[in-house]
Amino acid sequence: MSLLSNAGALLGKELRTEFRSRELLTTTMVFILVIIVLFSFTFDPTSSESRRFGPGLLWLAFLFAASLMLQPCFLREQTNDTLSALRLSVDDPFAIFLAKLCANTLFLLFTELLMLPLFAVLYNVSILPAFHWLLLVLFLGSMGVSLAGTALSAISAQARMRELLLPLLLLPLLTPILVASTEVTVGLLDRNPYMQWKGVGFLATFDLVFLTVLWLFGEYLLEE
Amino acid sequence: MMWKRAIGGGAVLALVGMSAWANFFIAPTERTMGLIQRIFYFHAASAWAGMTAFSVCFVASLLYVWRRLQKWDSLAVSAAEVGLAFITVVLITGPIWAHPVWGIWWTWDARLTSTFVLWLLYLSYLLLRTLIEEPDRRALLSALFGIFAFLDVPLVFGAIRWWRTQHPAPVIMGGPGSGLEPTMRMVFFFSVFAMHALMALLIVERYQLEKLRTEFDVVRREAEAL
Repeated sequence: MSLLSNAGALLGKELRTEFRSRELLTTTMVFILVIIVLFSFTFDPTSSESRRFGPGLLWLAFLFAASLMLQPCFLREQTNDTLSALRLSVDDPFAIFLAKLCANTLFLLFTELLMLPLFAVLYNVSILPAFHWLLLVLFLGSMGVSLAGTALSAISAQARMRELLLPLLLLPLLTPILVASTEVTVGLLDRNPYMQWKGVGFLATFDLVFLTVLWLFGEYLLEE
Repeated sequence: MMWKRAIGGGAVLALVGMSAWANFFIAPTERTMGLIQRIFYFHAASAWAGMTAFSVCFVASLLYVWRRLQKWDSLAVSAAEVGLAFITVVLITGPIWAHPVWGIWWTWDARLTSTFVLWLLYLSYLLLRTLIEEPDRRALLSALFGIFAFLDVPLVFGAIRWWRTQHPAPVIMGGPGSGLEPTMRMVFFFSVFAMHALMALLIVERYQLEKLRTEFDVVRREAEAL
């Protein structure tokens, strides 16, 4: 129980820090927007072409954005020298990861949900018919990205060249998420939307595997 | 010690030579692909050896996190480097085989793509090691990344296999109707054995080097502190 209440308190702290400045969210959204606009020059974005290539570029934009957005996750604690305080405040370091994980998933989902309508309008695809399923895929995908990303940002924060290192470590690791979410999204943006449960199951498996790994090895990532 | 290593090296060299001889002169020529198919003994055996090396890296990483002994970190980095070398051989011999047989150098198929991603993961593992100065921290963080990367491999393979699939279906331990002609199988398993021996030799040599480097590093730090 204390794990959850600790994580809850820390999540509150993460959200408060972000919503005071909203720096991370605004920058990430503008970044996704820039990628979405630039991608339109790489192919002819008619409705049928967009259905084929759109989901992939959308997820690629989310992945790139996440690899930049997750950067300050542990770096901020390190530059402010608050990591030791965090570690002293909870008995189980997993609470720190749980809080950061929830915060990152929420931030990602929030930016994705704001960018999705823009993507739909610019690329001429309709997202409404299967919106509830889209929400599920966005949630599972974002959670996978945050799981791997939170763990790796704790690693990259302690290395040199960290700004380049995080995307480099994270993006190949997220290949399964990219493949599965893109395939499911292709189905959902189809003229007759259909749901690929296999993909949803796969995303859930990825999340479960990395959650277990983070639970087992998280404390070692924060050792000083 | 020196003569032991020389004998070991000589034995592995002889073994690799014998397996090369076996796959040119003992294994029969494949009916449709012809001579080029003989690259299979080298290609697939390297892939198996590379995967074994990465498994060694994974186990050594786990042991490091658990026991915190320098030797496990040295073993992990040695195995990762050797594994990367073998997988590089796989990625080079693959296109050489594919071009005459499939008519293309590369196709984004499940096993090719997942091997490439695997290669990228371990490349970034080695890169990560160069970017952390402090030895204990480098050992711990790279061990953790080694664990994440290894656990990610089945997921990468699963995802790509389900959704993006020219590579032949598994011949060894594949479904019914698959399988190798008996002589071919014998030669293949002999090649696998030879490649594993080569891999083990390289890991041992690389491990010795890493140990010397660590010792040197300790001495240098002491000297700087004086």
